[in-house]
This record gives sequence, C-alpha cells and structure tokens, in this order.
Amino acid sequence: MMQHLPILQVLLPLLASPFAALLRGRDVAWGLTFVTTGLAFLISIALFFQQRAIGETMIYELGNWAAPLGIVYVIDAASALVLPVISGIGFIATLAARQLVAAEIDARDHGLFYAAWLLTIAGMMGQVTTGDAFNIFVFLEISSLSAYALVAMGAGRDRRALPAAFNYLILGTVGATFYVIGLGLLYMLTGTLNLADLAERLPHVEETRAAFTAMAFIALGLFLKMALFPLHFWLVPAYAHAPSAVTALMASTATKVSVYVLIRLIFGVFGVEFPGLADAVGLLVLTLGIAGAFVGTLAAIVETDLKKLFAQSSIAQLGYMAIGIGAMSATGLAAAFLHLFNHALMKGALFLAIGMIAAQAGRATMGTIQGAGKQIPITMTAILFGGLALIGVPLTAGFISKLYLIRALLEQNFWLLAGLTFISSALALAYVWKIIEAAWLQPRPNGAPVLRETASQYIPAWIMVVATLGFGIYATPLVEAAFAAAHVFIPSVAGAN
Amino acid sequence: MQDDVVIRVVAKVMIPAVMLFALYVQFHGDYGPGGGFQAGVIFASAFVLNAVVFGLNKGRHVWPARYNLMGICGGVLIYGLTGVGGMVLGENFLNFNVLSSDPIAGQHLGILLVEFGVGLTVAAVMVMLFFTFAGRTAHLRLLSKSDAHERKISASKKRRK
Repeated sequence: MMQHLPILQVLLPLLASPFAALLRGRDVAWGLTFVTTGLAFLISIALFFQQRAIGETMIYELGNWAAPLGIVYVIDAASALVLPVISGIGFIATLAARQLVAAEIDARDHGLFYAAWLLTIAGMMGQVTTGDAFNIFVFLEISSLSAYALVAMGAGRDRRALPAAFNYLILGTVGATFYVIGLGLLYMLTGTLNLADLAERLPHVEETRAAFTAMAFIALGLFLKMALFPLHFWLVPAYAHAPSAVTALMASTATKVSVYVLIRLIFGVFGVEFPGLADAVGLLVLTLGIAGAFVGTLAAIVETDLKKLFAQSSIAQLGYMAIGIGAMSATGLAAAFLHLFNHALMKGALFLAIGMIAAQAGRATMGTIQGAGKQIPITMTAILFGGLALIGVPLTAGFISKLYLIRALLEQNFWLLAGLTFISSALALAYVWKIIEAAWLQPRPNGAPVLRETASQYIPAWIMVVATLGFGIYATPLVEAAFAAAHVFIPSVAGAN
Repeated sequence: MQDDVVIRVVAKVMIPAVMLFALYVQFHGDYGPGGGFQAGVIFASAFVLNAVVFGLNKGRHVWPARYNLMGICGGVLIYGLTGVGGMVLGENFLNFNVLSSDPIAGQHLGILLVEFGVGLTVAAVMVMLFFTFAGRTAHLRLLSKSDAHERKISASKKRRK
C-alpha cells in the first residue's frame, strides 16, 4: 500500500468527486469531501517524511510503464514540500466549508459544489506530483475548469460572480494555451514530454530560436496563471465574488501551484544555464515582482472591501515569490518556497475568518467590521495575526520568508531591490492598521447587524493562525525543507547555503 | 419539423443506424480508428437528431435529465475503478496486465472498460450540453411571447383596415 501513496493522494479526490456529485442529502457530500481531503492530507504528510527519510526522488510509474514512454509521478524534496500545503489547506478549508457553503450555496447544488471542489484539489495535487509536462497541462485544466465553476457558483448571492468567472475563464484559458504552445515547440524539438527527459535533451537544441520561444510562451502562460503583475486582473474580482470557502481555498493554493510549476519548468527543465534565461525571464520576473509588490500593496491600502483588499495583497505577495524566483539562486528559490508555504497559511487564515463574517453579513467591508473587535474578538484577532504575518512581523511565518528573501537579494548584491522589498513590506502596515483601527478603535455604529462567532466558525481560521505562528517561531525544519526543495533545481555550491 | 414526413421517416431509419455505428466505433476502437470519445459523440448525435426532429419534449422523454449526471459520473468511475483494479491485484494504478490471466487479454479488457467509461461520459456530456442550450426555456418563452404579441398587433391592424 505504501508504494501507492503518490498516486493515491491524487486519485482519492479525483474518484470521490463523481460520488460527491451523485450524493443527495444534507452534509453527505461534505462528509465525503471531509474524509477524502483528510486522507489526502495524511498521505501527503506521510510522503513528505518518507521522502526526507529516503533522501532521494521517489518515482511512481502509472501502469508500470517506465519513463520516458510512460507517465511517472515524481516525489522529490520540492513536490513533497508543496503537496502538504495544498492538501492541508484543502482539508482545513473543507472543515470551514460546511458552514460557509450552507450559508452561501443553494442546498440542491451542494453535491456539484463539492464535486468541483474535490476536482480542483485533485488537479492541483496532480500538477505538483506529475513528472510529465503534458500531464501538468491536463491537471492544470482540471483544476482551472472546476475553479471557474466554483467561482461562478457565487452567483446565487452575488451576480458579479458571473462576469468574474467569465474573465477568469478567458484569461485562464489564454494562459493554459500559451503553456501548451510552448510545450508543443519543446516536443517538436526534443520528441519527449517527460520533464527529466526534456531537461536532458534540451541542451542539445538550446541555441535554437524555437527553444527560446518555447520558454517565452511557457513563462508567459504561467505568469498569467500565477497572476503576476500586470497579468493579475482576473484575480481580484474572481476572489472577491466567489463563495467565501472557494476564496479561502483558491487564494491559498491556486496561484501557488502555478508558481511551483513555473519553478519546475524554468529551473527543472530549462535550467539556470539556459541561454537568455537569466536575462530574459530572470530580469523580467524581478522587475514585475517588485512592481507587483508595490501595486498590490498600494491598491490594498485604498480598498474597502476586505476580500478585494486581501486579493490585492495576494498580488503583492506573489510579487515577493516572483522576486525569489528572479534572484536565480538557491537562497532565492528557497525564499520563494518558504513564502509559498507561509503565504498559503496566512491567506488561508485571513480568508477563512473574513469568509465567516461575509457569510453572516452578506459582505465583508470596512463598514461591516467597524467596531467588530468587541463583538467577535476571536475572529478579529485571527485577522490581526494574519495581517501581522503579511507585513512580516517577527515571530510570524511571514518574517521568516521575508528574511530569506532579503538575504537572497543581498547575496546577489541587489541592494536597491532589497530596500524596495523592505519598504513595500512595511507599506503593508497601512492596510493592516486600517483594519485594526476600524475593528477596535471605532465604536460599532448603531443599527449595525450583530455579528456572532461560535467555536466551529473560528477554529478553522485559528488552526491556520497557530500554524503561521508555529512556523514563525520554530522555523528550522521548514527552512531546511525549503532549501532541500531549492537544491532540487539549483545544486548546492560549497560555501553557499 | 415533425410535420415533415420525409424528415420523420429518414430520422427513424437513421437513429438506430447511428447508434449501431457508434457501438462499432466504440468496440472496434481497439483494432482500428475510433474509441470512446468519437463513439460517445456519435451516440449522443442520435439523441440530438431525435430531439431536433421530434421536439425537445419527446427528446427529453427518451433521455431523462437524471441520466445525465449518472452517465457522466458513471463513466469516470468505470475508468478510475478499472485502474484501481490493477492496484488491488498488486500492480500499479492503470496496469491492465493483471486484469486477466494473460497480460495481452488483460490489456485488452482494461482498454475495453476504460474506453467504455470514456464513451459513456462523453455521450452524457454531449446530450446534456445540447439539452442545456436547447432548453433555455425562459429565454425561448420570452421570444415566443413577443412573437405572439407582434402577431396580435398585426392582426388588429388588419382588422382596423
């Protein structure tokens, strides 16, 4: 049974999905989803420790067809680190989804909702696990198509979910198409789709214009998918108008998986040595990353809708991950992995807490939470801690990732960039302070609806908050895992970390 | 269109033939061109033809809406569980060699089942797409209402003349 773990974590949600679609009755589909995502979470944790114990790449051959002819699932230090993030967030979000979905989705649609929910989780797990470039595309489409449906399901409460889902559909499809065009060029050049095999054969054709074009298409397609500035316009409305549970799931995972796939393709297939990669992609990613960090943060400061505010802040945080990638060093990649992991936790906490408010009040704006610090102190404290982690205050996970990001930049003597990163992080204080001021320093207006909180409402968000603090205080194992993940792509050099 | 004798008779002859051809494409897919995807589309086209010629209501009567979800999910499950079969019998997921005592027969059986799953899902999705778009009744009712309204206006105009 143990040797089947790499496939089981993808297969379980994938096969549970049709059952969920067929099931009727209150909470039956939710129960199935809860059990499935829980099992997937346990499996990915088991895989993480198994991979660390073995210390080398684990390969699972589908149908016992060996690579490069067959499709293989690859568990290395990088995928083993990202898998628990996705399945863990999926599990906690499912825990919270019971109440959020009951409040926001028509009861007849619950089966289909959870079917799409499971499919999007299965698709993301598949993208991370698979060692085949075309398989990545298939899983990308599985997760994206079900995500479009999930966003559109917000239409019952908020009609703006429909144009948001449509924009997301069009731009997401453009991104996926670009990716597959690049892949087609690579296949034409090398005759293989297996990632490891591609990496081996590409150096023979690396001077061709087709290879460079392929890289451009793949990078651009994934930039769209990961919502890198200025290709982020689909993200804010999609997050803001989707059902709250969907926002929590997607904000923490969907773009992160694309970041992972970008790292896997750019560093794992093309490699740092690829001609033009450091100049073209590296410089581009650095510039867009820092620009995104500023644009996202500034847009978040003027935003009053809480979901939109934190969606804008996601743009900024994705910018930091991009800066980590653009540094083109092991430390930079480790910082990207760290931030991928930590940001998933913080955004999960924030969107779960905000979702609980939105599910009660219909919307979550600055007005909704005005003076709410006394009415729902536990939920608001979760938002406070999430916000502090976003700024990168010490003792939170956000501090660790920012620390390594700035270290990576200083290693390369990017003094200006390091300074800008620091300033944009500090600017995040402005929007977090805005929330603190509204929630605690202002009185609750007369006639405002009474917000309530029960244990089942704030526990999911608090699990994430505790994890954020836990990984912020005791970060050593996570940092080690992130460096192990980075060294998959950039082998460690003596002397460097 | 149900008023046209030629269309009705030809459709009645064609529908079973289309379905039979779909089954041929489905099960001959192991040896020749074809397979579940094409067969599913051809099979669904028989139902689409039926609905186009004899009307949406009769079409729905032949393929009730509750079959859609069952077909879609059932096909996926057939595919997935065939793969799990290889796992239960001690090999990796999607290994069909062990499904039968002879590896070649096992592969054959595996492909047959998987393709059947694909065909079922594709056929159900196609039929569902057709009925979803054809059956947007609120939209159609609006159209026919305004048509009726216009006819009433023109009729009253004639009367006035």
